[in-house]
Amino acid sequence: MTLAISAGILMTGAVYLFLQRGMLRIVLGFILLAHSVNLILIAAGGTARREEPLGPGLDPSLVADPLPQAFVLTAIVIAFSITIYLLVLAVTGKDDDDTIHSDSPDDDEPAEDESTSTNQGHQSERGQQ
Amino acid sequence: MIGALLPLLVAVPLVIGGALVTIPNHPRWNHVALMTTLVGVLAASVALVVDQVNGDIIAHGLAGWDSGIAIPFVADMFSALILTTTSLLALTCAVFAIFSGHADRGYFSPLVLFLVAGVNGALLTADLFNLFVFIEVMLLPSYGLLILSMYRRGTMSRLRGSRLFVTVNLLASTIFLAGVGFLYGVTGTVNLGELAGAASDSPAAALAGAVCLLGLSMKASVVPMHGWLARTYPSTSPAVTALFSGLHTKVAIYAIYRIYAVVFDGDQAFLWIGIVVFSMTMIIGVLGAVGENTSRSILTFHMVSQIGYILLGVALFGPLGLAAGIFYLIHNMVVKTSLFLSTGAVEVAYGAGKLGAVTGIAKREPIVAVAFFVAALSLAGVPPFSGFVAKFTLVTAAIDAGHIAAAVAMVAVSLLTLMSMLKIWSGIFWGEGDTSTTSTGSTLVEIKTERKIGTGLIAPAALLALLSIALGVGAELVFNLAQIAAAGLVDPSAYIEAVLNS
Repeated sequence: MTLAISAGILMTGAVYLFLQRGMLRIVLGFILLAHSVNLILIAAGGTARREEPLGPGLDPSLVADPLPQAFVLTAIVIAFSITIYLLVLAVTGKDDDDTIHSDSPDDDEPAEDESTSTNQGHQSERGQQ
Repeated sequence: MIGALLPLLVAVPLVIGGALVTIPNHPRWNHVALMTTLVGVLAASVALVVDQVNGDIIAHGLAGWDSGIAIPFVADMFSALILTTTSLLALTCAVFAIFSGHADRGYFSPLVLFLVAGVNGALLTADLFNLFVFIEVMLLPSYGLLILSMYRRGTMSRLRGSRLFVTVNLLASTIFLAGVGFLYGVTGTVNLGELAGAASDSPAAALAGAVCLLGLSMKASVVPMHGWLARTYPSTSPAVTALFSGLHTKVAIYAIYRIYAVVFDGDQAFLWIGIVVFSMTMIIGVLGAVGENTSRSILTFHMVSQIGYILLGVALFGPLGLAAGIFYLIHNMVVKTSLFLSTGAVEVAYGAGKLGAVTGIAKREPIVAVAFFVAALSLAGVPPFSGFVAKFTLVTAAIDAGHIAAAVAMVAVSLLTLMSMLKIWSGIFWGEGDTSTTSTGSTLVEIKTERKIGTGLIAPAALLALLSIALGVGAELVFNLAQIAAAGLVDPSAYIEAVLNS
């Protein structure tokens, strides 16, 4: 029961956060979402009727299911790498991580400060896009 | 063909891509390695198709573990057909990227090779969690490819498109993973062979399978979760848009077909949901194209609409409906990529995809115009191109199943598709062309007749347009293959047996 409630609370927080405006809050929302789904995976192993995974003198039929734990490990690693990439996307660009914008004319501007870059303008050349 | 060679379709692109990352970035060697690997994958896929025409389904449990524990790699006709088409599209898009100069950017070739490895794995695996892993393997290099730009030249629109793409795909993958977790909790397995018919046994398993299908539908951009496609694909480079259009959504569609055929056993009780949702997808997709004014946005909205058509094949579960859906899938992959490549060639050479920004391309670049026109007519379903055969069989299947409203919607959407294609045609290809002089004041005649798009840039689009003609005229051959594939989905017992014995 506690696993289900925890997963639910985490999912609630996740949905609230990834509907926010700032990219960093969205990233935090996805971190919580990944935690919630990992708890769902662990619960799928039938934690109510099984015992701990490691230790001396355990009955093999009652030991914790190893397959969901392998699933969770894989999911954690995948989510971790995507989180890092999302954080890079949050940092790149202008000084804020604002994700709401109107169709502004700056859409084709370079995502870096002009004064620090060495490009020479926005003429369309072969291979620019 | 020995089953033990199946994992090579994943391993070889992965290893070669990894090797390319370690050596210093030399464009010529990168391109050679990329092209060689893609040609090899295409050859292996064609060999699989030829083998599956008469042979048994090939299955292999990875690393020789016992069945039930090992990850099974299974190739039946459906997988082999989609594998062939995706490898052909990856090859043509790679050629386009090389000629457009996009493939010179660092890490383009390794990323494409990792993407192809992920796609191959997703199409061959028969284990649902492994499907999740391979979809992630497919997506992670895509995140890199999406934002790949020239040094210090990346635009804000590309960054915003990337943010949206990564977050939506992460959400869809996580929902799919939750579905797999629920399915494991209810049935105790994620092996497709052991899950056969699980959804008809217990409603809890059906609900878990539905969560999986929801995650996959988000990836396939089914209405109402279709908005991300039209906002992200136009923000990247034309070569990458063409590459993604043929790969990502199609893997999700393949997974929807497979899961519904095996786990739900083609349950007739839920098909009405599919009919309604996918008809809405067709209609809303094509109506969304009306408001757009760049060629790529219009084509991306059409993608949404075409995905509705393809998935109607699985909603009309039956030998004809599934065969029509599979043939439509192959036709659509070829034609859509051809359209993206021909308009992409215009965009790369002339620098703008906005309708009206460049005009009169038909006079200057006759080959591009013909390639676009052929592909556009094929998309709209005009005979003798492949679109006509695909739509005709799908409409026939719909009428046979008694869904007259869906059939009417299909025909109406075809007309609207034709209208938007003509909009692109008149916006970019027709007209008098740019009548302004250059800064040096040279005459109009020289600008008008100078061809900017080289043969190499337009060859992929032209080749795919020719393939569409061939698919239309010689439809019988491919449709027979599609019928074999559909028979394997209607009655998946051979597939299930192969998985359980791997």
